[in-house]
Parts: sequence; C-alpha cells; structure tokens
Amino acid sequence: MTADDQFYREFILDHYKNPRNFGRIEDADISHEEYNPLCGDMVGMDFRVADGVIEDVRFRGRGCAISQASASLMTERLKGMSLEDARQISRNDVLDELGIEISPARLKCALLTLKVLKVGAYGLAGEEEDDE
Amino acid sequence: MSTSRSRGAPGAPATLDVEAIRSDFPFFESGIAYLDSANTSQRPRQVLDAMMEYFTRYNSNIHRSVYRTSMEATEHYDATRRKVREFINARSLKEIVFTRNVTDAINLVAHSWGRANVRAGDLIVLTVMEHHSNLVPWQMLAEETGARLEFVDIDDAGELRLDQFHALLEQGPRLVAFAHVSNTLGTINPYRELTAAAHAAGAVVLIDGAQGVQHIGVDVHEAGCDFYGFTGHKVLAPTGVGVLYGRRDLLEAMPPFLGGGDMIKAVFLDHTEYAELPQKFEAGTPAIAEVIGLGAAIDYLRAVGLDAIRAHELELTEYAMEALGEIDGLRMFGPPAARRAGVVAFDIAGIHPHDLATILDRHDVCIRAGHNCAMPLMHRLDVAATARASFFLYTTREEIDRLVAGLHDAKRIFA
Repeated sequence: MTADDQFYREFILDHYKNPRNFGRIEDADISHEEYNPLCGDMVGMDFRVADGVIEDVRFRGRGCAISQASASLMTERLKGMSLEDARQISRNDVLDELGIEISPARLKCALLTLKVLKVGAYGLAGEEEDDE
Repeated sequence: MSTSRSRGAPGAPATLDVEAIRSDFPFFESGIAYLDSANTSQRPRQVLDAMMEYFTRYNSNIHRSVYRTSMEATEHYDATRRKVREFINARSLKEIVFTRNVTDAINLVAHSWGRANVRAGDLIVLTVMEHHSNLVPWQMLAEETGARLEFVDIDDAGELRLDQFHALLEQGPRLVAFAHVSNTLGTINPYRELTAAAHAAGAVVLIDGAQGVQHIGVDVHEAGCDFYGFTGHKVLAPTGVGVLYGRRDLLEAMPPFLGGGDMIKAVFLDHTEYAELPQKFEAGTPAIAEVIGLGAAIDYLRAVGLDAIRAHELELTEYAMEALGEIDGLRMFGPPAARRAGVVAFDIAGIHPHDLATILDRHDVCIRAGHNCAMPLMHRLDVAATARASFFLYTTREEIDRLVAGLHDAKRIFA
C-alpha cells in the first residue's frame, strides 16, 4: 500500500533499523527514562554536558518504529546544542521532523523522547505532552 | 432469530450460520475486518433496538415511581437480572449485582469484602496472567491492610503452574483470584478444579470472567466459586454495565460499597438501614438502558448457543494459528488451539506490534497491539508488547485471511 510506504518513510525505517547514538554513557551528567503507559514502550537518554552544551547523548529503549526513530532523530539534533536551546524544542518541532500524519493514538509514541528530554533535563512535568 | 442463527441435526453439534449472524451487526456494513472482540465486542441490532425502545417508548427511572412507564422500565431492568441468573446458573437473584464493568465488580469485592476480611499478614494468591483489573485492586488492598500477594507462574505453554498453585494453597490463603480465560494467552483455566482446591484450603475464590462467560460459559453453582465478574461490552452488550455474582451469605455479610439512593431501606439523620440484596450494592440510578441491552445480548447468545459459539471459535483459532504459523519470524504465545479461547497473541521479529497494528489499520483490519492491560505477563514473556487477534461468533475465515495478507505487507515494508 502506498499509504503505508508514505507513513513508514524510508528515513524513519532507517533510523529504526540503524539507530544513531544507541547505548549508554558511563558517568552521564543527566540520565532519565520514560514509559508510555498505554503500550509499555520505553526510551531512556544519557547526556554528557559541559558549559551548558550537550557534548554527547545516547539513547536506549524498546518500542515501535515511530518511538525509536524519533529518539534516534532527537539525539542527532541534540548533539552540540546548548541546554538552553534544547529546552525550546516543541512537540511541533518533533512532529515536523517526522513529517508524517500521526494519528492521536500514536502521538505518545512520537513524543515519548521529548518527554524524556523535558522531564530529565529540566524537570518539567511534561504537561505539554499530556494534553492531547 | 432463535433458530435461524445456528443449524444442525438434533444431537449433533450445531454450526453457526455466520452470514445470518453478521447481518444482525450493523458495524459489519463498514467492511472492516474486526479481530478485537477480546477488547470489546460488536453489538447486534437486537441489543441496539432494545435500548432504543427504552429511550423512545418508556424512558423513566426505575424502582421509585408508580406510573406505568416507570413500572415497565423496572420490569425490563429486573428481567435482565433473571436472564443473568439463568445464564450463569446462580441460585438466587439476590446474588446478581449490576456494576459498571468487571473492574468495578472486582473493586467492589476488594473494598467491601476485602476490608472486612483481610488482615495484616494474610495471603492473597493471584496469577501472573491477570488483567490489571484483577491485580491492581488487590495490590491496593494489600497496601492498605498489610496482606501479602503471591503469584502463580505459567509454564512454557502459557498454562498455570499447578504445582505452584497447590504449594501456595498449603500456606492457607484468605483469597484466591484468577482469570477464567487469559485475555492475552487465551488459556482456559480449569476453574472448577482450581476452585475446589482453593476451597479445600479454606480460601475464598474470585474469578474474573471477562473473557470466559461469553466463549466458554460458566456454571457458578456447580463450580461453587464465591465471586464471578464479567463485563457487558465484551458479551455483545453496551459499555457501562457489568455483573458481579457473589455467594449470597458472603454478600449478606459484606458492608455496602457505595452509599446513596437505591441502596437504602430507611434513612435517618444519624443512621441508615440498608436495602436487601442486591440493591444494597447498587447505589444511585443505574445504567438502565445498558442493563436492558445486556438482557437482549444474553438472549442473543443463548439463542445461538454457547456450544456452537465455542465450536466456531475453536475452528477459527485452529485456522488462524496454522496460517500465522507459516509466516517467517512470527511467534505465537499461549497453549494449543484446543486449550485456548479464540485469542491469538503474537509478535513478528523486527516489527513492533504498534507498527503492525498501524499497517493493518490501513488494510481495514482491527487488532489490539500493546500490553493488553497485562504488563506483568508481558514482563514474564519478556516482550514489551504483543499483537493480538481475537474472535467471536461473527468472525470469518476471510477476516483472518485479511489479517495474514496485512502482516505480509508489514513484512514487505519493514524488510
């Protein structure tokens, strides 16, 4: 079905099958994981931070193509970014980057990594993620 | 519809006229292959009509007014209680309590019976295959009372470890609670034997019948279980209505769960005399239309016949397991078809169940993907989630073929 081919775009499948920055950081400055209570998917992230800049970031997790690809994409975006700038990343930024129509049922998959970042790095409760 | 939906010579097992059955369910006009009945069932016109008739012809509250439509509403509401009693073979109408669903039924027992009977150090025996609805209420009770929980494990086939079950009984549990049928593995637990053994050990027995009553059937009198709960929306009835069966002497001795209207005999400023069973446990105006719908659903199931439904589902389960077994990388969980209800949970190497369900949705095939409200079982199976197809009296082989075709497409996309 062409609709599925568009939904599971090549770069999403690529990030799912070949996740970037996958693994742990020893002695990470920030380490946090979150679960999707609806399906049990998990994403955890480790950050090494120096002078307010994310020097290294790695993620671990298990879940669907959408949740894991979105984590992989996020690590690429975050590397070298200041914590200040990373704080501004919004749910629309994440959804724009995925570039596909996400149904309400799958929104939590797509935004799980953003929740890890917001809660882990800034202690935000993630109201933004919970309002759909 | 009493004879037209199943056929067969007297004495021979009836076979279902699935096309005639499907014509009773408006949903199927959508062309969607619906393989998620363990989640919620579809509802036949007979159920919808019974509810619509209440809303349009005799919509009134029950148990309190003297005009005719109110009496008629009361009559239909009470008729469902008689139908439930016959359906599960309870001795008395006083043993049938209407709840919102099975979660509500189990919480009623955990609060009312549990608080009055469970003490610090008491043992509650559950199983690792429980739905959260038959797990979390007991965790809450244990936290409150200091009781402890033990869980019977499953073997590699997804069936209860009876050796563990009997070993735990030797510790003299207060309560043993288990699913009639596992919502994920489909495992049919031997509820009569488990109940007899638990009783011999002095325990009270609660059975979560959410996946059992409509596929396998139950005889609560013969089984002798103390509590049995089921939920309307999985048995062709609407959401918002469930049933708690409770042994009469236990219910009599239990304090009320919720207080309010309908559950009282007399109220004074300083005290209340509670109503007789079952009203004691039915505070507030109930889901009248939904209860009436449940009555029509039970009529429907009984007219088709649970034996014929079971035979049909078994045939479909064998067909599905054979077809799914031919897909490379697909792994199924649970016992062989003959020992399970019409539920098949599986996963495919390299494709998360959510992605399977999304692709199947684009093929107009509905399945459940996720932890099936049984996260401890997912941990036990060492999976994050499963995909689950489930069948009912209206399911066809063609729907299973569409599932298989959709799975092949998912494999193509993820190849």
